[in-house]
Amino acid sequence: MKADLAAIAAFVLCIGVFTAATDSGVLLNALMMALYAALLAQAWNLLGGYGGQFSFGHALFFGCGAYASAIAQMSGGVNAWLALALGVAAAALLGLAVGALTFRYGLKGSYFALVTLAFAEVFRILALSLDFTGGGVGLMLPLKPAAANLQFVSRKGFIALVAGFVVLALLATAALRHSRLGAQLQAVRDNEDAARAVGVDPLRTKLAAITLSAAVTGAAGAFYLQVFQYIDPNIVFGPGISIEALVGAIVGGLGTLWGPLLGAAVLHLLADSTRNLFGELPGLNLVIYGTVLVLIVMFMPRGLAGLLRSLSAAWKARRG
Amino acid sequence: MADTALLQLQALGISFGGLRAVHDVSLALPQGTLGALIGPNGAGKTTLFALMSGFLKPDAGRVFFAGRDITGRAPQLNARDGLARTFQVVQPFAAQTVRENIAVGAHLHLKSRRAALAAADGVAAELGLAPQLDKPAADLTVAGRKRLELARALATKPRLLLLDEVLAGLNPQEIGEMIPVVQRIAARGVTVLMIEHVMQAVMNLATTVWVLAQGQLIAHGTPAEVTSDALVIEAYLGPGAAARLAR
Repeated sequence: MKADLAAIAAFVLCIGVFTAATDSGVLLNALMMALYAALLAQAWNLLGGYGGQFSFGHALFFGCGAYASAIAQMSGGVNAWLALALGVAAAALLGLAVGALTFRYGLKGSYFALVTLAFAEVFRILALSLDFTGGGVGLMLPLKPAAANLQFVSRKGFIALVAGFVVLALLATAALRHSRLGAQLQAVRDNEDAARAVGVDPLRTKLAAITLSAAVTGAAGAFYLQVFQYIDPNIVFGPGISIEALVGAIVGGLGTLWGPLLGAAVLHLLADSTRNLFGELPGLNLVIYGTVLVLIVMFMPRGLAGLLRSLSAAWKARRG
Repeated sequence: MADTALLQLQALGISFGGLRAVHDVSLALPQGTLGALIGPNGAGKTTLFALMSGFLKPDAGRVFFAGRDITGRAPQLNARDGLARTFQVVQPFAAQTVRENIAVGAHLHLKSRRAALAAADGVAAELGLAPQLDKPAADLTVAGRKRLELARALATKPRLLLLDEVLAGLNPQEIGEMIPVVQRIAARGVTVLMIEHVMQAVMNLATTVWVLAQGQLIAHGTPAEVTSDALVIEAYLGPGAAARLAR
């Protein structure tokens, strides 16, 4: 736990120094989006990595956080900071409800994945057809630039906000790793019957994990709303978000503290740089991105974090 | 009888389709017993364990543990009251270390991570797993995994331990090392019921033996009584075997 806390402190320092040192819009934007992608991956890792429940529909919680926050601000006249908290709470409640419906009936594996996908699609279609969500037109947040309205003039304000969320997610993950709940969650992941035989309640542990995971995803959704000030059902409830969340976590390393952050950041930088490099050949960037993804999944079954661990073990063995 | 028995089964039965896997089984296991449940392959021993521990719900009959009706209650709730079981096919949390595996059991009554890890160290030392504490469970030998299975169940501080073939797959030397482990557990006051095929162990360990054949109890008594019972010999060796042996 102490080592984890020290690493998290070092991470905060790095982000702070980087942000203070540069005024380049491109660099700051890349950092902000990498952190945002990391937050999504961390959220997915809480349920998928530690709980072993592979959700294919995390857009459900993302969209819920974004829409709840937008509606609270636009229809309810609620302050943006409070609306963000409401978005997180709404996503957490939705996570609990979806978990209660799916885990109570023992859905796991591909069945759980399909049901989460279906939930996200249902919400996407509901948001497309209902009035208070703006239908297909989506919702446009009125421009009121001020820190009090969570609309920062500089990217640095948004970086501070998303970095704060990432650090909270890191702390939550680190705490989980060193707690009874975390031990029970991983036991259920590895062998549910054996866990039950030693007194672990699988439903309770999975519900805790999905609620926490959904809350963090909701925070990412509410953050997205504040940055882009526009959401529509196809973006925030679409499968793209769900895939971004799971790919970052899987590439980085499931059930690790730093893997999702690493995976999301690497993939995001890769996508960004190939897009910039091969801008005149549309589509080539996606080919390269896809190839790298396949290679990582093929040759690093434990993700980037697993690779780093093997390398450091090999290095230690050579020195020792 | 219900007052003194820690575990009592009354006319317990379950069918899978047309197969009556367990039928009309009644037994009373007094507190402090080291009992054995034996029987030919497919007799329904593991199914009976699953009915006792709550992994299966019986079609008929009732299960009483410490005087309370626990028929069909979820296994995690039974574990909380002190009814622990191990699995015939060992079920380690493979990705985790031996210490972490045992700590999951210890967490049943200990919230603090530190206390659970310390308790795991204690149980591991008792079962001779101390040198392996930091190994991933997947790296253990079969004998090591059987010990781990036992350690994890023991870490929950059970009153009744259901052991499903902890000796299966072990070589004679490993069996010789495991028997005193089971004896020590029973000596600490834990009531034990073990499914076992290794008769050497049953004769050495058990004070009472129940014999299950084709889902029904056919005999019960001391190991010596049971092994000379004609019904039991025939269940294992076929009809007429008892008469041939007597000749």
